[in-house]
Amino acid sequence: MRHDPPADVTIINYSEPQSLDPAIVTAQPDMRTVAGMFEGLTRPDPQTGRAIPGLAERWEISPDGRIYTFHLRTNLVWSTGEPIRADDVVYSLIRTLAPATASDYAGQLYCVKNAQAFNGGKTNAEAVGVAARDPFTVRIELNHPTVFFLDVCAMPLASVVPKQTIEKFGDGWVTAAHPLPVSGAYDLGAWRVNDKVRLKKNPRYWDAANTQSDIIDLLPIVSASSALNLFLRGQVDIVWDKELVPNELLDVLLKRPDFHTYSYLGTYFLRFNVTRKPFDDPRVRKALALAIDKRRIVNRVTRGGEQPAASFVPADTANYTSPEGLGYNPQLARQLLAEAGFPGGKNFPRMEYMFNAAAGGGRIHEEIAIELQQMWRDNLGVDIELRQLEMQVYLTEQGQLHYDLSRSSWIGDYNDANTFLSLFVTGDGNNRTGWSNARYDELIRKANEITDVQAREKLFQEAETILVHDELPIIPIFFYEGINYFDTNKIAGVYNNVVDLHPLNAIRKIHSPTSNTKDRATASLTPPATRHPQP
Amino acid sequence: MSEEKADRSQLIADSPAKRAWRRFRRNRPALLSTWFLAGLLAIIVAWPLTLKIAHGSSWAKAHAPEQLSDAQFQPPSPQHWFGTDEHGRDVLSRVLYGAQISLLVGFVGALVSLVIGVLWGAIAGSVGGRVDDILMRIVDVLYSLPSIIFVIVLLTTLGEKLKQIPAVKHSPTLGKEVRLLILFVGLGAISWLTMARIVRGQVLSLRSRPFVDASRALGASPLRILARHIIPNVFSVVIVYLTLTVPSIVLYESFLSFLGLGIQPPMASWGTLISEGVEQINAIRIYWWLIVCPGAVLVSTLLALNFLGDGLRDAWDVKGN
Amino acid sequence: MYFLRRLAYMIPLLLVISAATFALVHLAPGGPFDKEHAPASPQIKHNLEAKYHLDEPIWKQYLRYIGNLAHGDFGPSLKYRDHSVTDIVRQGLPVSMLLGCLAFGFAMGVGLPLGFITAVRRGRWQDHVGSFLALLAVCIPGFVIAPLLILAFTIKWQLLPVALWESPANAILPPIALGLYFSGKVARLFREGMLNTMQMEFITAARAKGLGENLLLFRHAVRLAVLPVVSYAGPMLADLLTGSFVIETIFQIPGLGVFFINSALNKDYTMTVGLALLYATLLIVLNLAVDFAYMLLDPRVKYE
Repeated sequence: MRHDPPADVTIINYSEPQSLDPAIVTAQPDMRTVAGMFEGLTRPDPQTGRAIPGLAERWEISPDGRIYTFHLRTNLVWSTGEPIRADDVVYSLIRTLAPATASDYAGQLYCVKNAQAFNGGKTNAEAVGVAARDPFTVRIELNHPTVFFLDVCAMPLASVVPKQTIEKFGDGWVTAAHPLPVSGAYDLGAWRVNDKVRLKKNPRYWDAANTQSDIIDLLPIVSASSALNLFLRGQVDIVWDKELVPNELLDVLLKRPDFHTYSYLGTYFLRFNVTRKPFDDPRVRKALALAIDKRRIVNRVTRGGEQPAASFVPADTANYTSPEGLGYNPQLARQLLAEAGFPGGKNFPRMEYMFNAAAGGGRIHEEIAIELQQMWRDNLGVDIELRQLEMQVYLTEQGQLHYDLSRSSWIGDYNDANTFLSLFVTGDGNNRTGWSNARYDELIRKANEITDVQAREKLFQEAETILVHDELPIIPIFFYEGINYFDTNKIAGVYNNVVDLHPLNAIRKIHSPTSNTKDRATASLTPPATRHPQP
Repeated sequence: MSEEKADRSQLIADSPAKRAWRRFRRNRPALLSTWFLAGLLAIIVAWPLTLKIAHGSSWAKAHAPEQLSDAQFQPPSPQHWFGTDEHGRDVLSRVLYGAQISLLVGFVGALVSLVIGVLWGAIAGSVGGRVDDILMRIVDVLYSLPSIIFVIVLLTTLGEKLKQIPAVKHSPTLGKEVRLLILFVGLGAISWLTMARIVRGQVLSLRSRPFVDASRALGASPLRILARHIIPNVFSVVIVYLTLTVPSIVLYESFLSFLGLGIQPPMASWGTLISEGVEQINAIRIYWWLIVCPGAVLVSTLLALNFLGDGLRDAWDVKGN
Repeated sequence: MYFLRRLAYMIPLLLVISAATFALVHLAPGGPFDKEHAPASPQIKHNLEAKYHLDEPIWKQYLRYIGNLAHGDFGPSLKYRDHSVTDIVRQGLPVSMLLGCLAFGFAMGVGLPLGFITAVRRGRWQDHVGSFLALLAVCIPGFVIAPLLILAFTIKWQLLPVALWESPANAILPPIALGLYFSGKVARLFREGMLNTMQMEFITAARAKGLGENLLLFRHAVRLAVLPVVSYAGPMLADLLTGSFVIETIFQIPGLGVFFINSALNKDYTMTVGLALLYATLLIVLNLAVDFAYMLLDPRVKYE
């Protein structure tokens, strides 16, 4: 039994991080942890989540929007003391794109010149549009002006990693190096798998004066009921993850002041495998979509105040309003189904709705599946069977198109419609429906070549109309409502924003008013915590 | 002492079976358990029929296990003896339907383990020599594997492979039953090891008995000896262990379903019901009936099966564990 | 001599087990690297699989694995790529062992006395009640008793912490939940052993010689009666020491049990085979220890 000194803040972070190498992490818990350890040219603002200066103190963008010149701070050092220079930034970005690293998120950097070719092994690193002009200047050349590029720079995949350490230790460098050089606010104090990740304040971080807590513990607990019980008994301070929401209790819990809701960019939706009959017929897909009473699902099952979704891009996305999708219309649904050759559901082939077993034993996907099954049965006379699979098998089956219908979710990576709509471009690894529409591809491509906000919106709207109104390879069900819980009298610095980013260095425990000069010194920089979501 | 005398006087007249039955009858817990199990089976069979007969009435509607309603999370009441669950479904009904699944898996799984175990042990014991060595070594290896890993792999592999068979793909009933079939085979496949060892032991001791020697001297083939002399005598041991294997398989199935690996929704077994209940443990609302009701039924059934097995074992005076 | 021979058998046995497990996990569908947020290009997944040699034929991968094993390298975990299998085992095994030993202590501490009383007072009310309790313990699965204990002692009456493994207060409920089943088993086995030995001839002979009843019981009967318990202790300890998935999950204890199940589910091939080997080794060693104890306890037993 370990007797660690207590942490300043203890957070239940959902699953155990599969890795803390920023180039390869994809899951939210992993990214939340890693973002505290490594920083990139920009970093997210604790309140709004938008990109603000990180390792770079300022930058210039060329008039055509394609060339970014970042100026690094001159006082940057690793936690082990060596200086951080432009070379390190270039190394890190190239490493994320290197085929050997096999980064799942490398695609976010494809906006950089020759990045995609390099990642596909077709060209070499020198050709990539990332270069160090001098020890403190990084020049990045993009293919097209990209409105969200600075947000991409704030993601872990673009954060700066220690070249010497990686070259010395290779894979597993995060645990092999003692001490581990970090570029961010926190050092890795201890990492015990299935137990906790303990982060210790990095005093050499350029903004260490504003790091609010010395020790933060992140616990890998996946059961919503355990998380709730631990919180109620005061054994943990914060619980944050969409999977840790005890839906059945929300009607009671949401009345408590320590439960906070906020909308963020995430959609729960269904995928069709359009290569299988009868789902190759858009009428059948539309019929199934029109037969779903989404309001009932969010009222009876999820209960967090989620918004039923008729479109795929969430409502709060910046500079974008979704076009109209399909609503709830059982009569039209029956009509379409009859037109497609299955009046009253007769002769409808045996189809399965696939969903994954949630890690913590939570049954939310099963609950939704049961409701959907009932709706399709009652409204259309169609009997869709349920098929639960464990996570890895479910993902493989989905990836290989061995399914009929599947549940899915998508969380936005940055605040722009593209993070959602780019999924369904032909051949994208996250498409997984077999759907391909040349016009859709063209619209998305065109939208990413311009920066004019209105023009982009129009192009995206046309594309989304094809997606959620005409063709429906997917059925959006609802937009996630973020729910996290912590006592605002004890914890400050957690702001709920639409990209669901909560930088760790802003979080602190509120001590009694007489202690801590640190509190008073930083009071002006960190506004008091509020209960309600910030825009 | 006097009871023994009475038994001895009837020794010539009574068959071993009759003696065993008399001993069994004296074992009160075993007798009670038999009644309990018979009653349970009766209810499990009668319940769906009752619902079908009363089909359409509000009573039947409220108690259909699949019927979602708005009466979510009701504690036990006169309308719902075991309360309702998250979807407003009647827990009693779900427990009874789940009993069908759990017991079916238990019995068929035990049968599968019986077939494999008896064949394996009988062959090893009667053929002897190298074959015996190899067969028992394999048993040793399998004993040393953590069975859970084996089960998980078996279930997932078999599941996917079976689903690919065209006959299964296009038949709605077979498709649903695939999961059950896999569980029958999978759970049976991990439970036969002890049976094999015991049967082998029995066969070995029987082989050296005089009546078998006599048979061999008269020129009977090994197969004939096996079929006519050995297997019938192994029977009693097998039956006892069968009764004791059933609860262990029911328990294992509950465990697997609790983990989400056994019975898949929308079918329910006791394990899945308990698992649902466990997720509801929290300090806000204590839905204790979601664990206690299916749990109590599971525990009672296991108790009854164990008492029955113990009783049979005592009655037939079978030794060894 | 006998024991050395048994130890020698261990190596080929473990090799067979490693091959069997290796083959089994690779047979199962799904792979370790499929993610919800997949890479934009499928090429990336191929790169990853190539990096871990998953694109090679299975026999080749196995030989590579055995080669590494010879150097004591159990490979990296495919799921937790920053950690090696040895790392994870080194972190989790002590926790599971502590939990297992406490549960073992509970099982013996409750089971032996209970078995003793029910045997010595056979047929009387102590036997009826005790035997029923023992059987009940065997019939209540861990996943039923654990949540009920939590409900009672941490939620209804907030006497103990609800989860985690930080202080001695955390170590009260989990061993009870884990050990209850085994305590029942131990009680039943000990009772059976006691009943058998009490009937034996040499006991009646000793009784005839006039030795005091209590001394008799303790010295002779118990030594032999405990044999079935000892024999069961081997596999029981192996199961206890490798952690109980259910108990560790429900109580959020950072032991090894979680990995047994999750590694197979995650298709973490190296972890699965590594754990299977760990379990098998423990089992074999414990069985050897059990046989040794047998030899010490029962003078009739001779190994050749």
